Amino acid sequence: MIRDITIGQYYPTNSILHRLDPRVKLIGTFMFIISLFLFQSLFGYIVVTIFLVSVIKLSKVPFGFIVKGLKAVIILLLFTVFFNMFFTPGETLWQFGVIKITKEGLINSGFMAIRLTFLIIGSSLMTFTTTPNQLTDGLEKVLKPLNHIKVPVHEISMMMSIALRFIPILLEETDKIMKAQMARGADFESGGLLKRAKSLIPLLVPLFVSAFRRANDLAMAMEARCYRGGDGRTKMKPLRYHSRDYVAYLSLLLYLGAIIALNIMIKKIV
Amino acid sequence: MQIIFDKINYVYSGGTAFARHAIKDISFSIEKGEFIGLIGHTGSGKSTLIQHMNGLIKASSGHIYFNGEDIYDNSYKLKELRSKVGLVFQYPEHQLFETTVFKDVLFGPTNLGLDKLECELRAYEALKMVGIGDDLLDASPFELSGGQKRRVAIAGVLAMKPEVLILDEPTAGLDPKGRDDILEQIAKLHRESGMTIILVTHSMEDVANYADRLFVMNKGELVLQHSTKEVFAHYQELEKMHLAAPQVTYVMNALKDRGYAVTTDATTITEAKNEILALLRAKG
Ligand SMILES: Nc1ncnc2c1ncn2[C@@H]1O[C@H](COP(=O)(O)OP(=O)(O)O)[C@@H](O)[C@H]1O
Ligand SMILES: [Mg+2]
Repeated sequence: MIRDITIGQYYPTNSILHRLDPRVKLIGTFMFIISLFLFQSLFGYIVVTIFLVSVIKLSKVPFGFIVKGLKAVIILLLFTVFFNMFFTPGETLWQFGVIKITKEGLINSGFMAIRLTFLIIGSSLMTFTTTPNQLTDGLEKVLKPLNHIKVPVHEISMMMSIALRFIPILLEETDKIMKAQMARGADFESGGLLKRAKSLIPLLVPLFVSAFRRANDLAMAMEARCYRGGDGRTKMKPLRYHSRDYVAYLSLLLYLGAIIALNIMIKKIV
Repeated sequence: MQIIFDKINYVYSGGTAFARHAIKDISFSIEKGEFIGLIGHTGSGKSTLIQHMNGLIKASSGHIYFNGEDIYDNSYKLKELRSKVGLVFQYPEHQLFETTVFKDVLFGPTNLGLDKLECELRAYEALKMVGIGDDLLDASPFELSGGQKRRVAIAGVLAMKPEVLILDEPTAGLDPKGRDDILEQIAKLHRESGMTIILVTHSMEDVANYADRLFVMNKGELVLQHSTKEVFAHYQELEKMHLAAPQVTYVMNALKDRGYAVTTDATTITEAKNEILALLRAKG
């Protein structure tokens, strides 16, 4: 049940995207997200769609699996669409009391929904193709320069990698405790809001207890191995760029260039 | 027959890249009052199999009958099934959550919707059954020792008065004394209440003393289901599945190989001792 949340999960297959350096994927995702907000025209959407579809194809992650991840954020999507639809001023199409739907609102909300969907798909593609370890390694390397302005980059990325490592464990634990309490007749699904909130106590208390126990064990294990922060620490698998990474950077630049060029061209025509 | 499994299959995360066929075409039946030992190497599918018995997991294909009724019928009440088939998970002490031992054990019967007095009576009885004394009733469950916590958790299931009690590796992580205590308590429960017991374990010594029949699982399949003695006679096969017969089976077989006239079906130390003493006496 709870394991069906696919967003942020790693999807193990062997594709070119999986083999790319995590730094490329981090920077690429960042650029992709920015690009989503750079254009207004219909052509922009076409370019972005083509780019995204090709990346999905390259990643070998089944489309169905990606869509399943979207289910988790559907509420957020509906919320945005809803607000855009009703609260954008403009030409009224339909009115009921104070509530009115405008033409601009309709168009706006449609495009907003597409942008958000693309944003979520784009960033989940990064996690689908990158293991949490690679991701934090990449992040540490990308943010390294911030060390000079006293940002504790190593500590942040270590915290992130531990957090990421714990997510599946905690999900599994939640699943197990839920089942154990259901075996004792607990009911997590029916009843009003108050009853449901109350029914979470038998789940949350053991979950917190176990999270603290695990954190404690981990801290002990790290200390036993003399962990003392990032200074002078070397990597077993240091990140190194390969030729495929340079090709990926080039394609990203081309993509970004195309979007910007398109934008300028359209502005000129209009 | 109390429980019947008819060609049960289960696939985790079916239809995705993570699909895992954990239970393969398993059929068996269990009589009321039997003591079944379910053994198998880690990952062989024991925990998955037992979660089918109270409907926590729904089989990908196949049918399960409890007291003659198909539990996958639309009109079948799963909640009722869960009160009749008590399932004690592995490391059950991790599910304790209440402020006192007594309140935690009350959780199960209260969920059944029984009146307060009945619930308290059941909780009290259940705690007695697992040997938790009156002095601990108001203690926080988090202050208890590992073995005590586990017994409280087992009482939490017993308080629902199930007809079938399933225990998933109840001895995991306990010291030898705690292990023997728990097993002895389970055997006593079986003797006194006539409850059907299904004991999951990967240690043969655990079940040799108590189980009437053994189910042996390997890689999702049920490969043997015989009386305890018959299963241990297959000890060479068991080894291929990374399991072992009890130590005494090896001793008796070694004696036989050296030409001593002993039978090899002893599974407990007492039986083996009697067998060897009889042999010595016969020799004079
Ligand atoms: N929640 C789950 N999701 C996916 N796979 C699982 C899950 N639980 C168990 N498995 C897999 O199913 C198989 C059987 O596991 P399990 O029933 O726990 O075995 P056992 O209890 O005999 O050690 C294992 O290969 C395990 O990895
Ligand atoms: Mg198990």
